[in-house]
Amino acid sequence: MSGFTPASSTPVFVHRSRRGAELVLLIIALAVGIGAYVAVGLGVEGKIPVDIVGYGTWLVLLLVAAHIGVRLMAPYADPVLLPLVAMLNGVGLAVIHRLDLSRPAAENADFAGQQLTWMTLGVVLFLVTLFLVPDHRMLQRFTYTAGFAAVVMLILPMLPFIGNEINGARIWIRLGPVSFQPGEVAKVLLVICFAGYLAVHRDALALAGRRFAGIDLPRARDLGPLLMMWAISLAILVLQRDLGSSLLFYGLFVVTLYVATERKGWIVVGGLLFAGGVFAAISLFSHVRVRVLTWLNPFDYYPEAVNGTSSEQLVQGLFGMAWGGMIGRGFGSGEPWRIPYANSDFIIPAIGEELGLTAILALLLCYGLIVERGLRTAIVARDDFGKLLSVGLATSIALQTFVVVGGVTGLIPLTGLTTPFLSYGGSSLVANWVIVALLLRVSDQSRRPLPTAPSDEDLAAEETQIVKLDKGALNR
Amino acid sequence: MNRPIRTLSVGCLILFVALMLNVTYVQFFKANWYNDRADNRRVTEEAYSQQRGDILVGKKAVATSVPSDTKFEWQRTYPGGKKYAPITGFMSYSYGQTGIERTQDSVLSGKDNKLFTNRLVDLVTNSEPAGGNVELTIDPKVQDAAYEGLTALGEDVQAAAVAIEPSTGKVLAMASTPTYNPDRLANNDITAAQKSYNQLSKDEDEPLLNRSIQTALPPGSTFKLVTAAAAIEDLGMDGDSMVYGGASLDLPGTDVNLPNLNGSSCGGEQITLTRALEVSCNTAFGQLGMELTDEQMQDQAEGFGFGQDYLDDLGPLAVSKYPDNGGDKAKQARAAIGQQDVIATPLQMAMVSAGIANGGEVMKPYLVDRVTSSSLDVIDQGNPTAIDNQPAVSQDTAEILTDMMVSTVENGTATAAAIDGVSVAGKTGTAQTTPDRPPYAWFTSFAPAENPSIAVAVMVQKSGTERSEIAGGRLGGPIAKAMMEAAIS
Repeated sequence: MSGFTPASSTPVFVHRSRRGAELVLLIIALAVGIGAYVAVGLGVEGKIPVDIVGYGTWLVLLLVAAHIGVRLMAPYADPVLLPLVAMLNGVGLAVIHRLDLSRPAAENADFAGQQLTWMTLGVVLFLVTLFLVPDHRMLQRFTYTAGFAAVVMLILPMLPFIGNEINGARIWIRLGPVSFQPGEVAKVLLVICFAGYLAVHRDALALAGRRFAGIDLPRARDLGPLLMMWAISLAILVLQRDLGSSLLFYGLFVVTLYVATERKGWIVVGGLLFAGGVFAAISLFSHVRVRVLTWLNPFDYYPEAVNGTSSEQLVQGLFGMAWGGMIGRGFGSGEPWRIPYANSDFIIPAIGEELGLTAILALLLCYGLIVERGLRTAIVARDDFGKLLSVGLATSIALQTFVVVGGVTGLIPLTGLTTPFLSYGGSSLVANWVIVALLLRVSDQSRRPLPTAPSDEDLAAEETQIVKLDKGALNR
Repeated sequence: MNRPIRTLSVGCLILFVALMLNVTYVQFFKANWYNDRADNRRVTEEAYSQQRGDILVGKKAVATSVPSDTKFEWQRTYPGGKKYAPITGFMSYSYGQTGIERTQDSVLSGKDNKLFTNRLVDLVTNSEPAGGNVELTIDPKVQDAAYEGLTALGEDVQAAAVAIEPSTGKVLAMASTPTYNPDRLANNDITAAQKSYNQLSKDEDEPLLNRSIQTALPPGSTFKLVTAAAAIEDLGMDGDSMVYGGASLDLPGTDVNLPNLNGSSCGGEQITLTRALEVSCNTAFGQLGMELTDEQMQDQAEGFGFGQDYLDDLGPLAVSKYPDNGGDKAKQARAAIGQQDVIATPLQMAMVSAGIANGGEVMKPYLVDRVTSSSLDVIDQGNPTAIDNQPAVSQDTAEILTDMMVSTVENGTATAAAIDGVSVAGKTGTAQTTPDRPPYAWFTSFAPAENPSIAVAVMVQKSGTERSEIAGGRLGGPIAKAMMEAAIS
């Protein structure tokens, strides 16, 4: 990882920038997104939406801007990530618009319009992130700041006046007309904190320590600070009754720890602690128990609620998906309004109903590709922090998708989380765009050709020449 | 760190594969399970709001769908009203379907495989899938006669009348009172429909019941036809054979005797079998019941359809039964006159007459004459079949029984059904159960006797008539007569 690679002796694989490929994929993604919007108009109202030109132009402008931003600021970045994200976001907008139309006209819902605003903000922050973070390694400087900020973010909803409880979970803050989930920002900050801390302490964690009962335990001073910060986050989430986020943060912590120390034991310990935690949560907290019971026997709580517990949402989602079958009933031909909160947590069943199993499998493939491209970025990354950062970011998308899609399709108990890029929800969308920007930043750094060092002859010929190297190259 | 990252990517792959498998399971393998659930409102509402095919009698629809401006696109209505309610049944959002609406649901909704090509055409032409039509075997004139006859008995009368074409088993009429207005149960205003249903289901007179097929009661003296058939078949008798006709029959092993209805003799110690049927002589048939074995009686009853569920087009059907008396002579005697534990539906008693009318062969009753597609192509046609491989009685026995029944109308208790210029075969019945409740009045007949085109059964379970006035002939006879006249004219 250090020193120069002689350009002449060993042939080195040089990544191409592939910006052209990205543009082609982006055009396909735009076609899918705008096509879906047209399909919604045709399917629900029988005509092409009147605002299609304005809408289409705006979407094109946003994504072309994102593409040009990548071209200028991260020319060697992974070419697949941005188009995948653009497509998911586009499909999400169309589906949210379709769900808007399914509501009574009196409600005058325009969640799609708000989502487009949030997407615009997301793309702007995506570009800002690329601009402000020319090299991801500078984020390592903010390891502890990020950790502290994450905890602050998580405490915000607990504060009076700005904190806001919606549907039993106190995870929102309200500032004037804008509602925001600081937990989504905390997620990104935590990943930075985990990666920064573990990049520095990974050797100590892996090697130094006491062997007890055949297990190498790390020293408290190595693991302690991290453990404490993480425990605070979890405690807050448990107090806020945000099961999905607790699961996500816990998973992120265990996975980054495992990758950093290269010890499978962490997965085992993490798994055992998780099992214990689940058991404790089920016996201690009624709201957790209820989730498990409705998951095991959804039809015990449908159509009539039992003791105030109803599985209406889950069952309607399952009914919708079964109703949709292989190819779905088509935009406008389903009844997704039957699913409460179809546009946020339950967007996947709504899509399953109208676009079918085929569409859900396609979307899951897109998520799978995003995650695997993210992990690919981690593998080619040239520094520990970059590796851990991209592992954390990719894992956050994988876990979030798994927890929410698994929850709404009945694979695991239901916990509230948004589906990345698809669901209605500003904080989540913006945070995920920033995650993509960071992933692109790491991949740009790692795919960029190494600076070629002058050969010995050149050095000999120009003995007095001062060779200027950029700061980054030296650190490798 | 690359090794754990590779492991991690495999782990993520497993997570996504698990999601995909689970979604495939829900949306493909388990989809039908979800879609078939009664509490799946997507499916029930779709079924409820679609345009179903018509149920037709003659060329007239007795159930049809009309466009609706409520939240459901279509409203099911019943132009056939109360008169046809026991046949059509109803299509309700909250309580599902009954009657023909239920048994022919797949045709009416257009989901039946018989309509596959039509569905294909609908798919290609992008038109709404339309249901098929069901044409009933009902003869509207006979149905009118049956319904008007029953309603003339009064408001709170529980009664039923049913008619069959003997040669085919086509059900020509099926009426039951009290009845209900199916429009109120099919109402798109669900709360109103639920209110009507609650009201109807609480009504002591059970208006939702189709008494022609769902009420099995002791058939009384009409069952003597079965006993007579067994006597002719198994004891080698004919209409002139002499039987016991005394005032009272001693029942072995009991303190009680079996008396005649009015306590007098049937016209002598020994009378002909024909005379015994004419006056509905209890002692004569009680005696025959003791001479016949349980097995012989059971076989004979089953030959006419007892113990079978033979009506595919409507249901649920109450199954008529001849009991196993375990060789108890007293029980056998009482069972032979249609008491004890013998129970029969009006349809069953109509089949006894129809079997005799059809030369001994009992045809399986059916209600669906034809199934047509929305474009009126005939897709399926009702097919007359016998209920058993062998006839219930021989041709000769059938002829003897016919003569005896004609004689009963001409000279006996069944004169109420006599029609000028037509020879009618008939039998009355008055079934006593317990002393505290009124007897059931029965009547069964067919006409014309020489070439029967209709067999009828009328049953009055409860009426406003004075107890002493209740007799099968008086209550059921005129209704049966009107029905037969409607069929013959």
